[in-house]
Amino acid sequence: MHPARARRLKLVVLMVVSIFIAGGFVFFAFQENLMLYFTPSEVAEGKAPTGQRFNIGGMVAAGSVVKSNESVEVRFDVTDYGKTITVTYGDILPDLFREGQAVIAKGKLNDQGIFIADEVLAKHDENYMPKEVADSLKKKSSPQQMEGSKP
Amino acid sequence: MYKWFHQLGSPPTFYRWSGRWLPWLSLICFVLFVIGLYGGLVYAPADYQQSDSFRIMYVHVPAAWMSMFVYMVMAISGAIAIIWHMKLAEIVMLSSAPIGASFTFLALVTGSIWGKPMWGTWWEWGDARLVSELILLFLYIGVIGLYSAIDDKRKAAQSVAILSLVGIINIPIIHYSVIWLNTLHQGPTVTKFDNPSIDTRMLIPLLIMAVAFKLFYGIVLLLRSRNEVLWRERRSQWVKDTLGDKTDG
Repeated sequence: MHPARARRLKLVVLMVVSIFIAGGFVFFAFQENLMLYFTPSEVAEGKAPTGQRFNIGGMVAAGSVVKSNESVEVRFDVTDYGKTITVTYGDILPDLFREGQAVIAKGKLNDQGIFIADEVLAKHDENYMPKEVADSLKKKSSPQQMEGSKP
Repeated sequence: MYKWFHQLGSPPTFYRWSGRWLPWLSLICFVLFVIGLYGGLVYAPADYQQSDSFRIMYVHVPAAWMSMFVYMVMAISGAIAIIWHMKLAEIVMLSSAPIGASFTFLALVTGSIWGKPMWGTWWEWGDARLVSELILLFLYIGVIGLYSAIDDKRKAAQSVAILSLVGIINIPIIHYSVIWLNTLHQGPTVTKFDNPSIDTRMLIPLLIMAVAFKLFYGIVLLLRSRNEVLWRERRSQWVKDTLGDKTDG
């Protein structure tokens, strides 16, 4: 190879490598801040900010959804299968909200340890299948497969 | 191989070669789009959670893949342009930028339309996947802007090549954001080491659409590059001969 080209090739490789190293450092330094939500276990460990808004994420625990008779207020448990947090929410839930599906709730913890949400987002998993397949999987009773790999 | 690469790099050969391939590519691309859209909208069964709404993925997912693929093409031809000063690499790099920007824009818009009914929000600023994809759009716009801001076009192309190489860092961030971080966006369905977690009848139309999108990019890239080649070489004899043949009869 022509020496000038070889020199430029080395420079380009050096540049890309250093950008990746720099990018890696920045990414790992800011990783905590790049997280969209805290899991109930992280909240229990005291990682979540107290006295200000934050997001929690996890699965809606099966059988935990209680709807109020007078208003749209709803109460449910968000769990990561380790710890559980009770959430109350006074607005209309997204269509995909259901027990055993992941959600992200935005709001504050009150003194009783109940999370008062002002926004609830449904998170869907990466599994796509027709209804018949999902039903037959359910019959074979493999809840892990149904609920996806991570909350 | 090297000889072929060298010959293709010469503008008249590229112009002739691409002209022969374009009609065939367009035909295959059109057929694939028809099959893929029929497969996605009719043949694929409705999803067990999202029912028919998931069908927007037949546009969203290929567009998002292409937004990253085109960026890689742009950055790699940028590297070739820096190292070998090859004119055609510069042209491929510059012609890719607006196409990549369009795919990115399409991915963002369709994602937003999908997000509103499913997640309950159009946009989430805290989500690393969404924000890094938006940064990708800004990178493309930066490339286009930087090129038009510098008058000496050879110099402009060199600067743009460096910018697009620097921006490569965003590509792994987009891809791994949903794996390394917790986000609203779900993890990868198809591009993971495990088996794709999608029913085969849903997967096949998606892959056909992905190939159709790739071909579409190839076609638009060839068209844009041919124009750029003609413009840059407008004073040379071969352009006069090629165009003269058609206009003067």
